[in-house]
Amino acid sequence: MADKPVALAQKRLMDIKLGQLPSWLGTRDFTPNGLLGSVRGGYERYFNKYINVKKGGIGGVAMFLAGYVALSYLWEYDHIKHDRWRKYH
Amino acid sequence: MMMSFFDQFASPTYLGIPLIAIAIALPWVLYPTPSSRWVNNRLTTIQGWFINRFTNQLMLPLNMGGHKWALLLASLMIFLITINMLGLLPYTFTPTTQLSFNMGFAVPLWLATVIIGMRNQPTVALGHLLPEGTPILLIPVLIIIETISLFIRPLALGVRLTANLTAGHLLIQLIATAVFVLLPMMPTVAILTATVLFLLTLLEIAVAMIQAYVFVLLLSLYLQENV
Repeated sequence: MADKPVALAQKRLMDIKLGQLPSWLGTRDFTPNGLLGSVRGGYERYFNKYINVKKGGIGGVAMFLAGYVALSYLWEYDHIKHDRWRKYH
Repeated sequence: MMMSFFDQFASPTYLGIPLIAIAIALPWVLYPTPSSRWVNNRLTTIQGWFINRFTNQLMLPLNMGGHKWALLLASLMIFLITINMLGLLPYTFTPTTQLSFNMGFAVPLWLATVIIGMRNQPTVALGHLLPEGTPILLIPVLIIIETISLFIRPLALGVRLTANLTAGHLLIQLIATAVFVLLPMMPTVAILTATVLFLLTLLEIAVAMIQAYVFVLLLSLYLQENV
């Protein structure tokens, strides 16, 4: 079934075909204002989906903190990879 | 490279961004702005309740002039308590283990209270240097001692927070290392040590909250004397 002719720039990342990826990236706004806007948009999506709900539980914050732990591990990897239990093996 | 127990207090840099920058910016994300709704989501409600209660308690002993400091002290408390608690997660970096960070909070705020006291009521502020009822012969000595104690306050504020957090993190790392090393050799001792580690972690959670509170409380005390 043929897709309706929608402009490439308005499609979301998960809806485009793999071959269209470079041209889709060309339509995105990579200026500092644009990056800030996308960060804010991401924050709003996460907040409204997991936290700003009627019966939000610990999951929303817990997922975020788990991501923070993973990020910290990524930052410290270069340092941690030198850790050894014995000085000489 | 030798594994040193102090390595956890060095902020690593990746892609040009030091981890301390992320660690300092993170508390801002965790506290969403309350909307103008009558009933907010649970997170915002809990945070609002806590901040209101805390600020109320903190402002009780202060007069009206001190209430101008409500925003500063409440946000400082929230910031410190969040940073301390986040530092207990694995692999994270705690900015409050850095002396420079804590002195950066302690010195300007303490100095502000002293300058406010000296400008608005210099006699009362200087009068704090001599407690009531001291014997006449002791007056010179006591004034010197009280002046020294006044100038040691910012140092004490900064070092108290740094030392408590650093010592806690170091202890956790030491005892965890001991548990790992003992596990193949003497499992019973390892289990006992693991219990100690669990209790220590509970203590660290408490210390994280208490130290932030003490910092802000002492500042409000200094403000109370001077405002």
